Amino acid sequence: MSEPTIVAEITTEPLDGGQLSARLCTLEDGAVVVFEGRVRDSNAGRRVARLRYEAYAEMAERVLAEIASEAAERYAVGAVGAAHRTGSLELGEASVIVAVVAPHREAAYEASRYVIEAIKQRLPIWKEEHYADGTSAWLGEQPAEGKAP
Amino acid sequence: MWDQTPQSPIGNSPSVAASTVAVRVLLFGVYRELAGRPELQIELPSGSSLAELVTELRALPGLERLPERPAVARNLKYASLSEILDPADEVALIPPVAGG
Repeated sequence: MSEPTIVAEITTEPLDGGQLSARLCTLEDGAVVVFEGRVRDSNAGRRVARLRYEAYAEMAERVLAEIASEAAERYAVGAVGAAHRTGSLELGEASVIVAVVAPHREAAYEASRYVIEAIKQRLPIWKEEHYADGTSAWLGEQPAEGKAP
Repeated sequence: MWDQTPQSPIGNSPSVAASTVAVRVLLFGVYRELAGRPELQIELPSGSSLAELVTELRALPGLERLPERPAVARNLKYASLSEILDPADEVALIPPVAGG
């Protein structure tokens, strides 16, 4: 198998998982796994109206490429593509997509899971939830050592 | 420092200029809102660490609420607070991430 293809993008444009996987697929690939993360209408019991994502875009693109490359090193895949959207998103829109193509399904599923979990842990992107009642809040795990800002 | 800057009228020792580092600090998300701006320029004594930069930042209005040990990136990579700053470093304070 040739060197896996890596695609990593931070963009304000709408995301299309089918289009990304079609771009990556070759005739060696018997399995295609596309993960799409979408904006939900509620979180922790509150009605969400829309989300806004802010990124440290220059760093986020590097980190996303690193994550995709790590997945391609760990699992026998043909290509790993990932994209994260920034800016204002409406309910139902995709905020993140991960597309993995591989000869077999096991590697495709595992690589896909690896990428989305690593994105959650270290991609420098921040989410501001805007609620139906007009208020908003930044989300994120509190840092282990720090005090809540 | 070999550059004998002619515009220094006092003819001060060039070591004065060499004894500080100027770093650009980027702020995102909730930290940007605390500071009320997306970017700062900070000058510190040469040899200062990222931890010392954070201490300096926490003395600024609004940033008192910055954690004592926030995640930081230096020149686009996650960095340890013990790292020593170089002149012209770009430092970013990374609030708890929430991608996906």
